[in-house]
Amino acid sequence: MKRLLLCALLFVAAIVPGAFAADDKTPPDVLVKSVTNDVLAIVRQDKAIQAGDTNRALGLVEERVLPHFNFQRMTMLAVGRDWRNASAAQQGRLVEAFKTLLVRTYSNALTQYRDQVIDFKPVRMSAADTTVQIRTEVRQPGAQAIDIDYTLEKTDAGWKVFDVVVAGVSLVTNYRGSFGAEIRSGGIDGLIRSLESKNESLVGSKAGA
Amino acid sequence: MPDVMESSEMRGEMRSCGSRARTVLLAAFVLVLGSGCATTASNPQDPLEGYNRAMFSFNEGVDKVLIKPAAQAYETVLPSPVRTGVSNVFGNLGDPWVGLNNLLQGKFADALSDMMRFLFNSTFGFVGWVDIASEMGFPKHDEDFGQTLGRWGVGEGAYVVLPILGPRTLRDAAALPADMAGDIVNGVGDIPTRNTLTGLRIVNTRANLLGIDKTLSEGTLDKYSYVRDFYLEQRRYKVFDGNPPRVYEDFSRAGQDSLRLGSAVDELAAASLEGLELLGVGGLASIAGADESVN
Repeated sequence: MKRLLLCALLFVAAIVPGAFAADDKTPPDVLVKSVTNDVLAIVRQDKAIQAGDTNRALGLVEERVLPHFNFQRMTMLAVGRDWRNASAAQQGRLVEAFKTLLVRTYSNALTQYRDQVIDFKPVRMSAADTTVQIRTEVRQPGAQAIDIDYTLEKTDAGWKVFDVVVAGVSLVTNYRGSFGAEIRSGGIDGLIRSLESKNESLVGSKAGA
Repeated sequence: MPDVMESSEMRGEMRSCGSRARTVLLAAFVLVLGSGCATTASNPQDPLEGYNRAMFSFNEGVDKVLIKPAAQAYETVLPSPVRTGVSNVFGNLGDPWVGLNNLLQGKFADALSDMMRFLFNSTFGFVGWVDIASEMGFPKHDEDFGQTLGRWGVGEGAYVVLPILGPRTLRDAAALPADMAGDIVNGVGDIPTRNTLTGLRIVNTRANLLGIDKTLSEGTLDKYSYVRDFYLEQRRYKVFDGNPPRVYEDFSRAGQDSLRLGSAVDELAAASLEGLELLGVGGLASIAGADESVN
């Protein structure tokens, strides 16, 4: 009986690799590290994700990654100055649309993951800091390593990521140029329309594929 | 000319008066020229946007019919370890030039490390096939003459999309001849061998980027401006070899609303100016400088 229980436990441990429960007190470096390791452990074992099953990757990201992001702040940084001119309702729709776009795109990127090694660099922060950058390095054969840095802020609900910087380029503020162009030609509503129709076209193409 | 005026206060007043007049003039210009040329003028560093967009789509076309299919075939035929070996060999051939640029930038430790890389990988690493130097603590660097010029203080200049070669700044484009001269593959005397190596390098590099395609086309509203902004930002990062301090603005608080109208007019003026530059009215560029300094 005891052995059976042990087997059952081992089995659960094997299918839920390092199931990590973050709470409000989890330090930012621990948070980023455990979420990254958890997600990559799952991808390494999941043949469907490796074969390019976007919906599966999407589910994984929604469950494990999304709770640790602050999309409100990300959207604000991507939109820039015009954010002030958007009504609360417009801001809400912008956040929702941008979130959908980012999540779908980067879930897709997860299906491209093979066996790159991720190194976590030492964290420099003091106890009083409310913004902190967690720096990582993705090593891959035959090429220079790529820096991926996560910027987090301290909120009442724990540390939340609001920027991801890849090789020195913020994946959030890099949208500002094209968002600004959309706003100049069609206003805030024009940008919302563009984002929403982009998202719809992606869902459509997935269904057709 | 301004020296003639004695009072700096008066000078300031004159200038702001003049700039306002010019802004109005420019706004009127835009109305006269109509919306025909008022495209998405989004980045002051991209005065050649019209040409650049055309060249960008040309490059995309070439990629679609020629380079990408070749890269896909290459990826299908060759197993991953072989492709890594090929990447390593080309990486190794590039290391002396990387090292020389580190030397030119005064980064002697990095330059030495690059030379050690070349030495170890060329011999014990079987002509670079295995990157043992990385394991030995000599990491791969990314340097070129454009970065060296940047380090020396040469400004980047306008963004320009070159045929086939893709995004550059004027500075990086000017550095190209040096980079080509420093390229070992390019220096191979036997033409057929050189062409084969060049072709293999292009296909291999493209194959390494196959995964990014989908992310780029699905995740952006305007691929052209996303690639442009990414390139410009990344070059700056590379020139400074690390993390320039990043400032996160807070747009959630109102309070500067009274300034909105004025800055909207300025933006309009800047946008129209970009259009004028495209038309070759270069002399008006100085007005932009004056307007900016007033703001």
